Amino acid sequence: MGFLIDSLVEGVRTLLHLDREILGVIGTTLRVAVSSTLLASAIGLPLGFLLATRSFRGKQFVLAGVKTALAVPTVIVALFVYGWIARNAPLGRLDLLFTPAAIVIGQTILIIPLLTALVYGVLAPNIRTIHEEAILLGAPPPAAFWKTITETRTGITTAVMTGFGRVASEIGISLMLGGNIKGVTRTATTAIALETGQGNYSRAIALGILLCILVLMINMAVQLRGRGERV
Amino acid sequence: MRGSQVPRAVVIALLACLPAMEGVALGSSRVLLATTTSAANSGLLDALLPAFERDTGVHVDYVAVGTGVALKYGENGDVDAVLTHDPEAELAFVRRKFGLARIPFMQSDFVILGPPSDAASIAGCRTAAEAFQRIAAKGAPFVSRGDSSGTHKREREIWRAAGIEPGGRWYVEIGQAMGTCLVMASERGAYTLGDRGTYLARQDALQIAILLEGDPALANSYSIIAVSPDRRPRGNHEGATRLIDWLLSPEGQSRIAGYRVKGRPLFLPVAPPEGKE
Repeated sequence: MGFLIDSLVEGVRTLLHLDREILGVIGTTLRVAVSSTLLASAIGLPLGFLLATRSFRGKQFVLAGVKTALAVPTVIVALFVYGWIARNAPLGRLDLLFTPAAIVIGQTILIIPLLTALVYGVLAPNIRTIHEEAILLGAPPPAAFWKTITETRTGITTAVMTGFGRVASEIGISLMLGGNIKGVTRTATTAIALETGQGNYSRAIALGILLCILVLMINMAVQLRGRGERV
Repeated sequence: MRGSQVPRAVVIALLACLPAMEGVALGSSRVLLATTTSAANSGLLDALLPAFERDTGVHVDYVAVGTGVALKYGENGDVDAVLTHDPEAELAFVRRKFGLARIPFMQSDFVILGPPSDAASIAGCRTAAEAFQRIAAKGAPFVSRGDSSGTHKREREIWRAAGIEPGGRWYVEIGQAMGTCLVMASERGAYTLGDRGTYLARQDALQIAILLEGDPALANSYSIIAVSPDRRPRGNHEGATRLIDWLLSPEGQSRIAGYRVKGRPLFLPVAPPEGKE
C-alpha cells in the first residue's frame, strides 16, 4: 500500500508541475485519438446504418464477422497495417511508418467494426419508428439518415465515445506503427509503458490521471451538449 | 442537433485529419534511427542528438527497440540507420548488403546482477560462464530478456560457453525491454544479465546489485550502420552519414565520454583506428 500511496502523491505532485513533454504527449494522444474516432465514425456510422436498414442474404454472417473483428488484438491490426505501409510495401512510397498518420490509420481500422456493431445495436430496434417514418414523410435518403442518427444520439454518442476510449487507451498500434518517438508519436499509453519500464512510476501515474481527466472533460462536454434528446 | 451543424461536423473532421498531413510531410527531412533500448533508456541519445542537431541542422527521430527488431527495420528499409550491439548479427547484416559498413563508435559492458544476498554465491567467480553454471546448479531464479536483443544474444552466448541449456521453473524469459527486465529481477530477487548503463540509470529503484563484472566476455560494443540506399530508396542517407561522421568526430566522441549518470560515465568512446571501412 505504501508504494501506491507514495506513487500517487508523487504523481499528483508531477501533475502540479506539468512539463512541456507531458503536455506534448497528451496533445499527441488527443489529436491522434480524435482523428481516428472521427474517421472511423465517418465509415462505421453509415455501415451500421446500412446493416440496420437493409436486409440481405448472408446478413447474419456479416454481423457475426463484424462482432468477431471486435476481438482482433491491436498488435495484429498493427502488423496488418505495417504490411501495407512499410518502406518496401505497396504504400511504402507515402512514408507513413513511424508518423502520427500511421497510428490514425491503424486505430481507425481497429474501431470501425466496434462502431459498426454498436451503431447497428442502437439503430436496429428504432429503425422502423424513425427512419421509415421519415421516408414516408418524403425525406430524401441523406436527410432520413441524418434524422435517424440525430434522433438516436444518446446511443450514437455512447458508441462514438466507446470508440474514442478504445483508441485513447490502446498501446499495440501506437507502439508499433508510431514507434514511440519523443515529441512526434509518443502517446499517453506508450509514454506510460516507457516511464513504467524506466521505474518512473510517478510520471506514469501522472500521465494516467491526466488522460482520465481529459477524457472525462470530453465526455462531460459531449453529454452536456446532448441534453434533451428524445431517445 | 440541427441541420446547420452537419457542415460544422465535417469541418471539424477535416481539421482533425491535420496530423495525417503533418505525418506525410515528416517523411523525408528527418533521419530515422532504430536503436537498441539501452542507448535510449540510459538517456544518452537525448543528450547527444540535440547537440548533433545544433552542429549540423539535421534532426534525428529514434525508435527504441531491441537490436533484433532494429536490424529487421533496417533490412526492410524502414529506417535510415541502426544503432545496435550484437557484433555477429551486425556483420551478417552488412554481409547481406542491408547496411554499408559496421562502425563501432562506443563501448560499455554487461554486468551480472542479482540479489545482494547472492544465494548462488557468484560474487567470487572469475568468469561469467562460471557464474551462470552456479546459478543453474542452484536453480536460482534468473530473468532473461528473451527478445533477441543484443543483451539477450550475449546471455545466450554465455550459457553456451557454460555448456548449459537453461530451462525450467527458475529461468523466465520475459520478452521485454532492459528496464522492465531489471524491475522484474529486482521484484523476484532474481539474477539477470544487464547493460551497465541502464542499471546505473535505474539503480535507485532496484534491489539488485552488480555481482560480477570485468570478464572480457562481458564487453559490450555499440555500432551504428547506415542502411544501404538500395534497401531504403528515398531515405535520408546523407543525414545518416553525417550522424555517423559526427559520432566519430572529436566533438561526438567527447560528448559520449562526458555523458554521466549520477556522476558516473556509462560509455567509453572508441573511434576505430582504421576509420570507416
